[in-house]
Amino acid sequence: MASTREITFVQALNEALDYAMSVDKRVIIMGEDVGIYGGVFGVTMGLYDKYGPERVRDTPIAESGFIGAAVGAAMMGLKPVVELMFIDFLGVAFDQIYNQAAKLRYMTGGKVKVPMVLRTVCGAGIQAAAQHSQSLHALFIHVPGLKVVIPSTPYDAKGLLLTAILDEEDPVVFIEHKMLYGIRGPVPEEPYKIPFGVADVKREGKDVTVIATAWMVHRALEAADKLAGEGISVEVIDPRTLVPLDVDTILNSIKKTGRLVVVDEGYPRASFATDIAALAVSKAFEYLKAPVKLVTPPATPVPFSEVLEREWIPSTEKIMKAIRDVYYYKRP
Amino acid sequence: MAQREELSKDKLMWMYETMVKIRLHENKAAELFAQGKIKGFVHLYVGEEAVATGVMAALKPGDVITGTHRSHGHYIAKGGDLKASFAELFGKRTGSNKGKGGSMHIADPGIGMLGANGMVGGGIPHAVGAALAFKLLGKDNVAVAFFGEGGSNQQNFHEAINLAAIWKLPVVFVCENNLYQISLHYSKQQLITSVAERGKAYGIPGVSVDGQDVLAVYEAAREAVERARRGEGPTLIEAKTYRFRGHFEGDPEVYRSKEEVEWWINNKDPIKLFEKYLLERNIATRDELDAVWKRVAKEIEDAVKFAEESPYPSPEELYEDVFAKPTNGVLVWRWD
Ligand SMILES: Cc1ncc(C[n+]2csc(CCOP(=O)(O)OP(=O)(O)O)c2C)c(N)n1
Repeated sequence: MASTREITFVQALNEALDYAMSVDKRVIIMGEDVGIYGGVFGVTMGLYDKYGPERVRDTPIAESGFIGAAVGAAMMGLKPVVELMFIDFLGVAFDQIYNQAAKLRYMTGGKVKVPMVLRTVCGAGIQAAAQHSQSLHALFIHVPGLKVVIPSTPYDAKGLLLTAILDEEDPVVFIEHKMLYGIRGPVPEEPYKIPFGVADVKREGKDVTVIATAWMVHRALEAADKLAGEGISVEVIDPRTLVPLDVDTILNSIKKTGRLVVVDEGYPRASFATDIAALAVSKAFEYLKAPVKLVTPPATPVPFSEVLEREWIPSTEKIMKAIRDVYYYKRP
Repeated sequence: MAQREELSKDKLMWMYETMVKIRLHENKAAELFAQGKIKGFVHLYVGEEAVATGVMAALKPGDVITGTHRSHGHYIAKGGDLKASFAELFGKRTGSNKGKGGSMHIADPGIGMLGANGMVGGGIPHAVGAALAFKLLGKDNVAVAFFGEGGSNQQNFHEAINLAAIWKLPVVFVCENNLYQISLHYSKQQLITSVAERGKAYGIPGVSVDGQDVLAVYEAAREAVERARRGEGPTLIEAKTYRFRGHFEGDPEVYRSKEEVEWWINNKDPIKLFEKYLLERNIATRDELDAVWKRVAKEIEDAVKFAEESPYPSPEELYEDVFAKPTNGVLVWRWD
């Protein structure tokens, strides 16, 4: 039964955390300002009062220390959900993530498991400048051993976070785009889980496939709406989990439409966008009626100035142009 | 107020004016933020003015500093331009960083301000490296790293301070202990009662000073700077201070009481305390001090006007400054 209740992305995440903590005593939360403050974006609000300082732990600014501690705690049976306040800060803790959490299972022949969730925030849009605005999910996709989740709606956020915490036995990097925190959408009150590796077709179409992530899903949908008026039917697919990736849904759509646009806020090269483009040309080459188009920011750091930041973030207009380009493409 | 060295009236008045400049700059920034004219993350230095001022008063030309996310005060005390600062906050081309950095990244190597930093602890190793350069290039300059007590738990702090200690580099580490790391009280960040105690762990002196007393900060900084210039290595200074405003503009401040904040504002305002000192010793008259506020207020007004009237960067400027110079091959990738 479809729910009509609409809540924000932040509330959806908060409900997932609350439910997970209530059903599993092993779930703990750690991070900077996650306690009395409720997280700088309010995601952990109220949990400190409900579950106490033992299970909702405020930490010093020591990312390598507390993320590493989460790895150890996970090895010994806890289910830590750690918050890295901004994805940009991952540099000071990267070793614990990509050399430790990601590889311990493999290196130990499967004897060690690290069931932890690293929640973090990505994205430009609020003039937070070059060290607080990046979308670095490609770095995590690059490293084997990490599962990577990047939801775009409140509904997906709640269901995916519950799966990440309660079902997954591997380290999960759960990435939340800051421009999505305030958006509202229908979310059932009762708990539900969305399995990893299942893409969501956010809009069906037959002419052009658009693969988009996080905030860009919304811009892609906006572009699709506008282009419907021009007679172009656009299919928008949100992979939701980047590792594991729902390759079938993506390839089937490309085979159906014969045209692909990838929209992503990560830097352009060695990126999620290039990854999907490579997938398309290596597995669906003979179906392609036009070159694959990628819409990403340029390879510059995120500028502070509002006018420059607006130029940097892929706009609906740029997405529309890319879709038109592939739709009207004629082989020479 | 502490004063061991006889300081000239000029120097004392420079300190006073610098603190007033920072205060009025920050109050104006708060106002502009509330009006929605400046955006992003803005961390203000109100209440901490004596720390940057006291430290900078102990430096000489050629000395450099590295800042934090809360560095407007460091920039101004180091000689930063108010026009360039406001223009940067507005995201204008005339800003200190051409509109590309914003509040958290204000920099001007020309005045020895190597940069504010959005990464807590990120600038501390840079000061150590700058000091290494001074040593290898045979200059008798020093580098100062500013950071908060929250930042002192970060790996960069520990690794950098140890390097500076073993290499006996001319660095001064200035910890601005304003009691809170966003919402987390000092007592929950570390068990020691003073960050200065950490000096011991690295074999260097650690001193704690009243960060609301500009002369006390100056004295401690002067000693540390002299020691550094003599080639005796780094010092860790902890200035006990307080931020009068929230962590960033828009902070609901649920983690501390109004009474606590008011107590600090009423009893430990560094500018009022210094004013009292200057008046009681007949170093300056009330009129002279009032004239400073008036002059600075006008400067701020002019700077804001300059910033508002300045042009925004053109869209093409987005692609500039990523690399130093053109080369073979495409450097700044874009698909369109
Ligand atoms: C590596 C890193 N971790 C976390 C943050 C988020 N953050 C910004 S300021 C801050 C608190 C800093 O506290 P402190 O060092 O005491 O300086 P203060 O803000 O009190 O001046 C935190 C946690 C960051 N910017 N960088």
